[in-house]
Amino acid sequence: MTLEFLVASAIGVLVAGGIYMVLRGRTFQVVLGLTLFSYAVNLFLFASGRLTLNAPPILSETATAYTDPLPQALVLTAIVITFGMTAFAVVLALRSFLETGSDQVDGDDAPSTPANDASGETTPGPRA
Amino acid sequence: MSLIQHLAIAPVVIPALAAPFAVMVMRHKRTLGTAISLLSCAAMLIAALALLAQAGDGTIRTYALGNWPAPFGIVLVVDRLSAIMLTLAATVSLIALVHAVLTGADRKGWHFHPLFQFQLLGLNGAFLTGDLFNLFVFFEVLLIASYGLMLHGQGPARLKAGVQYVVVNIVGSSLFLIALGLLYALTGTLNMADMGLRVAALGPDDQGLLRVAALLLVSVFALKAAIAPLHLWLPRTYAVTTPAVAALFAIMTKVGVYSIIRVVPQIFGDGAGAAAWAPAPYLLPAAAITAIVGFAGVFVARSLSEQAAYAVIGSTGTLLIAVAGWQADTLTAAIYYLVHSTLAGAALFLVADVVARRRASFADTASAGPVFCQQQTVGLMFMAAAIAATGLPPLSGFIGKLLILESIVDTPGWQSVWGWAWGVILATTLIGVIGFARTGSAIFWKDIPPTDGAEPAVVSSADMVAPIITLALLAAWSIGAGAGTAYGAAAADQILDSASAVRAVLGEP
Repeated sequence: MTLEFLVASAIGVLVAGGIYMVLRGRTFQVVLGLTLFSYAVNLFLFASGRLTLNAPPILSETATAYTDPLPQALVLTAIVITFGMTAFAVVLALRSFLETGSDQVDGDDAPSTPANDASGETTPGPRA
Repeated sequence: MSLIQHLAIAPVVIPALAAPFAVMVMRHKRTLGTAISLLSCAAMLIAALALLAQAGDGTIRTYALGNWPAPFGIVLVVDRLSAIMLTLAATVSLIALVHAVLTGADRKGWHFHPLFQFQLLGLNGAFLTGDLFNLFVFFEVLLIASYGLMLHGQGPARLKAGVQYVVVNIVGSSLFLIALGLLYALTGTLNMADMGLRVAALGPDDQGLLRVAALLLVSVFALKAAIAPLHLWLPRTYAVTTPAVAALFAIMTKVGVYSIIRVVPQIFGDGAGAAAWAPAPYLLPAAAITAIVGFAGVFVARSLSEQAAYAVIGSTGTLLIAVAGWQADTLTAAIYYLVHSTLAGAALFLVADVVARRRASFADTASAGPVFCQQQTVGLMFMAAAIAATGLPPLSGFIGKLLILESIVDTPGWQSVWGWAWGVILATTLIGVIGFARTGSAIFWKDIPPTDGAEPAVVSSADMVAPIITLALLAAWSIGAGAGTAYGAAAADQILDSASAVRAVLGEP
């Protein structure tokens, strides 16, 4: 198993999980999905400069090979931006829940039957 | 370097300075913040007009940030198309800001003016940059400001729509990064002009990946431009937000269209080998569906603001039919129609607000209500905006659609499809006309007696200023169609001649 295979499958699994979670109906799961997805994207960006082991990214007199420094700069920018965006999404989801009483992404009111109200906090299952 | 050489960065620097200043002074003196915001927009308009005049000589000017030469540093590129877009953005933003100030919409929350300036920073930067990653960063700047602006004033409806809008755009941004990562891994550069050169030198093994990257990138731009089937986020978002903000957002969808026009010929143009024009075949069907969906929405919309939001989608579809031809003629028509449709979309949102402010609880729903003040004047304004949005004579929408219809006949490879495109454009126009006639007659021609026999509330006519200016600009754009299309034709030639951009950005080879 090569390093490339490991990194590629890690990215693949993260993307699959992220997409599954983003497509769920409730905001908390969607935010988790966005987080997974952005982890995958960050890893992918990092790997776009090829995977080089034990090589410096900047000029060194003893080095014989270099790793690409640009993806590291890109991924830093991407991390900062996605972190900010995720934080914003969390606050917005919370505010939306408090103001509308629904944590569904499509904004539909949660069914207000007593059974659902009692179990709504603890059962994470999908609701219509 | 003389000051005039720094003009290119002015549209980015002005809002970047105005926004923090507005935050600081608004804590103590609210009117001062408003003044800073208005001044900043006026200064941006002046800078954009100066750049428009400068770019008119046909030279592509570049501005190396920090004086790092391309492709190592980030460059701003000013050509005719970016100058047109900058001027359009400055105009629409000034109109939207004037409307927000006159109607008091900016006083419904604390940070309207700083957010507005940051939004413009992102827009102007996206129109200027010559670097793909920098384009992503400016997209994020304009998006995060738009989240704030969209939620300005709050309320459950806006929060519901806001969650969807934010989630959709975060996913879109992640896809943008994947496309960027692929392109960087393939070419080792992020500068658009340099990437266009290196794409041409790629081996046959990499062509598949290149096609994936091209389609992914264009899908992200299509999401921003609300092209079917990626348009579902737009109607709810635009319909529930503050109308002045929605008027500004009319140009935000055009950022997606602009990016498609900019990136596809530059990077995936004739020189790109097997992946040349990879996204092109998908654009025409998507554009036709967008036009149909948009105007079908106009037909069934329940309120004027919802109708305006669907009209924005429909006009993007019409615009994209012309873009998909990728000929000088079709791009000329597209650029003319792009300016028109942005102004028409803004006019519709502003008129919807004028109506909503006069009808109390009936707001802008397409149903009969009691007589309201200045009903005839408002009705005439709505008619003018509807004429512009659907493309009837005498306003510029008619000229724009005529140009599109005329140009797509001669497009190579479209012998069998231009008839369908004609059918879509003409049929959607008819559907749009009927839709606007339906809402207009319900609101302006049908009255129900007021419940308590009261006189209609008197509303100051100050809120009519911004829509009337927009309608006047549409009239001016129809009268100046000759000059507008001449400039647009020159801009289209510049876009299709990707070698000239390479020479300007990377220096003489």
